[in-house]
Amino acid sequence: MATAELSLPDRRSAARATQRRLAPLLFLAPGAIMFALYVIIPVFRSIWISFYDWDGIGAATWVGLANYIELLDDEAFYTSLWNNVLWLVLYMLAVPLGLMVALFLNQTVTGIRIYKSLFFFPFVISQVVVGLVFAWFYDPSFGLLKLVMGWFGLDAPAILADERYVTYGIIAAGLWPQTAYCMILYLTGLNAVDPEQIEAGRLDGAKGWRMLWFVILPQLAPATFIAVVVTVIGALRSFDLVSIMTDGGPYGSSRVLAFYMYEQALGEYGFRMGYGAAIATVLFLIMLLYISGFLWSMWRAERGSR
Amino acid sequence: MLRTLLKPIALAAAGALIAHAAAARDLVINTDTSDPAPKAAFQALIDGFKAENPDVTVVWNNFDHEGYKTAIRNFLTAEAPDVAAWYAGNRMGPYVEAGLFEPVTDVWAEHGLNDSLKSAAASMEINGEKWGVPYTYYQWGIYYRTDIFADQGITPPKTWDELLAASAKLKAAGITPFAIGSKALWPTAGWFDYLNLRVNGYEFHMDLTAGKIPYTDPRVREVFAKWAELIEPGYFIESHAAYDWQEAVPFFVKGEAAMYLMGNFAVDVFKAGGLSPDQIGFLQFPTITPGIPMAEEAPTDTLHIPSAAKNKADAKKFLAYIARADVQSTLNATLGQLPVNKDAAVPEDKFLAAGFGVLSNAYALAQFYDRDAPADMAKAGMEGFQEFMVKPGNLDRILDRLEKVRARAY
Amino acid sequence: MFPRPVRGQARALYQIALPVSLVIWLLPLLAVALTALRSAGDLAAGNYWGVPSSINFGNFAEVFARTDLGAFILNSFWVTIPTVIGAVALSCMTGFALAVYKFQGNLLVFFLFIAGNFVPFQILMVPVRDLTLDLGLYNTHLGLVLFHVAFQTGFCTLFMRNFIKALPKELIEAARVEGVSEWRIFWYVVLPLMRPAIAALSVLIFTFIWNDYFWATVLTQGPAAMPVTAGLYSLNGQWVAQWHLVSAGAIIAALPPVAMFFLMQRHFIAGLTLGAVK
Repeated sequence: MATAELSLPDRRSAARATQRRLAPLLFLAPGAIMFALYVIIPVFRSIWISFYDWDGIGAATWVGLANYIELLDDEAFYTSLWNNVLWLVLYMLAVPLGLMVALFLNQTVTGIRIYKSLFFFPFVISQVVVGLVFAWFYDPSFGLLKLVMGWFGLDAPAILADERYVTYGIIAAGLWPQTAYCMILYLTGLNAVDPEQIEAGRLDGAKGWRMLWFVILPQLAPATFIAVVVTVIGALRSFDLVSIMTDGGPYGSSRVLAFYMYEQALGEYGFRMGYGAAIATVLFLIMLLYISGFLWSMWRAERGSR
Repeated sequence: MLRTLLKPIALAAAGALIAHAAAARDLVINTDTSDPAPKAAFQALIDGFKAENPDVTVVWNNFDHEGYKTAIRNFLTAEAPDVAAWYAGNRMGPYVEAGLFEPVTDVWAEHGLNDSLKSAAASMEINGEKWGVPYTYYQWGIYYRTDIFADQGITPPKTWDELLAASAKLKAAGITPFAIGSKALWPTAGWFDYLNLRVNGYEFHMDLTAGKIPYTDPRVREVFAKWAELIEPGYFIESHAAYDWQEAVPFFVKGEAAMYLMGNFAVDVFKAGGLSPDQIGFLQFPTITPGIPMAEEAPTDTLHIPSAAKNKADAKKFLAYIARADVQSTLNATLGQLPVNKDAAVPEDKFLAAGFGVLSNAYALAQFYDRDAPADMAKAGMEGFQEFMVKPGNLDRILDRLEKVRARAY
Repeated sequence: MFPRPVRGQARALYQIALPVSLVIWLLPLLAVALTALRSAGDLAAGNYWGVPSSINFGNFAEVFARTDLGAFILNSFWVTIPTVIGAVALSCMTGFALAVYKFQGNLLVFFLFIAGNFVPFQILMVPVRDLTLDLGLYNTHLGLVLFHVAFQTGFCTLFMRNFIKALPKELIEAARVEGVSEWRIFWYVVLPLMRPAIAALSVLIFTFIWNDYFWATVLTQGPAAMPVTAGLYSLNGQWVAQWHLVSAGAIIAALPPVAMFFLMQRHFIAGLTLGAVK
């Protein structure tokens, strides 16, 4: 009898407990449903499609691993894969370059704030504009590059039409905004460097490179971590610039996996959804290695903070 | 009570709506005519149709020419128009195979198109049915600078040897014989098609694009050997892979290059660049293997009815309309191209007259490599052509690769 | 401060080096700006790099008059603004849920959001395109918005969750003791404190979405819904070699995010550099 008659505060607290159990579900639901619908499920659907031969308009036929077997014997696939490696390695230059620019700008003179934001400028504009700007910069008949090299009596090669240079030319264009991004990360990091440690370092006779290496860089580790993370993602997403500057050419030599996938599935002559999905799956697996590494480090940090 | 009272009113209203919808029938037309002349031509065409069919409301969606090529597959599956522009030959293959185009054999039969559009009939046929109506085509050939030829004492070459001699002479005078911009790949296919049509002939070319002949065949190698006779001495402009075809036009206009293998649409661009019509000449691609009948490249643009179209009756009316001789005469006068209907008037223009002459006497007409070959073969092929033009030494690798694609694509 | 502040002669030298290096850094952009002001005649005459024969703002007018650029820009706004609102709203809630409540699978859900955020777009392309076609939203603003909101929720959740986690827990505890309902805690206690994070994210997402090119090409196809990045590229196809128009178009397309950046600089950088300092 007494058990049935809960006192008012108790009843309220029971209701409160239910509410608190349900609340996270309700708060999560809209975002989680959208995310599942548009991101999580499509990942698995893509992997599923990669086992089919499908032109995207008619019926799909199950082909098992045929798409993957074909990939193994596809010259264009290896070219794209190799270019992806080049992108990953060379794009990393944005990190030290960004640090250099940040060190250069980390001064207190009048107007330095405006300089900092203007140096950051390239990151704000879209890659379409960056691509157009650089395509023009490289133009073999009137580009700025030709003009400048002409002053030194040199003949500029047609960067975007030469398989030897084309990927490097596009990466250079990509480094421009990416360096700006890393720069801003380091500028913020430098702001937070502990002045006492610098003084201590100076007392120990550390200067220049030694100071940078042993005192400053360790304190910049969080900035470096984020810079590396965003640069890797940027490198693997290198679709925009390739599409705008060369369309994968000349004769496919500047393709990357992301572009090759699009070309096969939805390009002007591409009707191969299954094959495209197989390329995307390979790209995803590469990324997965990296995502796992990132999550692992996040997980350790989470455990540490508990 | 109220409901019973209202019901007849609601019914009447609905009836009026349906009647209204039927009275003003919508005809949705999607085209890729974004350039100024085609846009004007289609505007006039649609106005003409509306004047004859006041009960039809035409909704015209004009797409960007390049974007249309990828847009079409989306709207065919998602929200199909009643009429869609496209191209003849194998380029319509994927949509026909997927059942996205409606056969219009009945329109051909009813309006006697098998006779009046006879020249293009074969390229509109797949599996014994006609899949669309052609409304315009144009010639390809070598455009040359008459003034430069006169300066150098060159007469328009008629054979391969004459072409080589003329090229050598130009090269010696510091003029690059040929302008080309291969960035978009397809201009290289013009070269391949003509070389193959002249070296091996029309039947061979059609068998090759239909996937019946391996790319490693010695006869295919012969085509590339001829091509190399122009590439190796440097008869094409440098860095052509960096330019679109329009970007290579200045070389021709400034006289740094003397010839340009292109479709007739290029003449407008030559003129806009500052050349007078007298400075430009047209010559038929020269003979290579003697005795092989001269076939020509003549891409045909077409209209189709998607199978998901809502208003097929009026769509068929529109197709019959655009097939008419008088309509094609006006349309092509604005387009600056050739009508397909044999009774239509050829516009008065020296290049079109020349082209009409060549095409009328042609042994047969090819569409274009990327219309005759299926999509993935076309892409791989044109990439190979571009690579060959930059690095002729890679021929073996290129042909092996093309052969691999051929084995899979058909 | 590192490096050591420059003094004396070095300082003078530094103040010369600054503008010089800036000009070199922005050279490609300056070239575009200069070209946007050139007349077609200059380009035809091969005057690409000399002094323009006249300063010509007509290119901008011509771009608007002759092309669909105006429509493309409007589309960009129609896609970007709802996305910013949607993604920020959803992620305020998911971030709140993941930061405040302890429940089974909390970390798993959180990690799924993070992982999804790094996924290459291409693996989503075919299914998302199909889904959009099936919903009848292909080539509509809404189709793009829905995808962008969903995808950006991943990144925003990471951001918001960490932000709320750093707020003093006592506030929430105190409110609970007072008997305030969970929804009211979110609305009246937490949300007001999130203003800086909301501002930072909004500016950031605005820039990301405005500059998106890939999904614009995959999910739209014409002036009806296509945003300006993809529109600019299609115009580039039509205006081969007409660089004065391409440049003018590029500048117009770049203006909104640039304006956003300069107006909201503090928030922008706060958003970008979240986590760059411990």
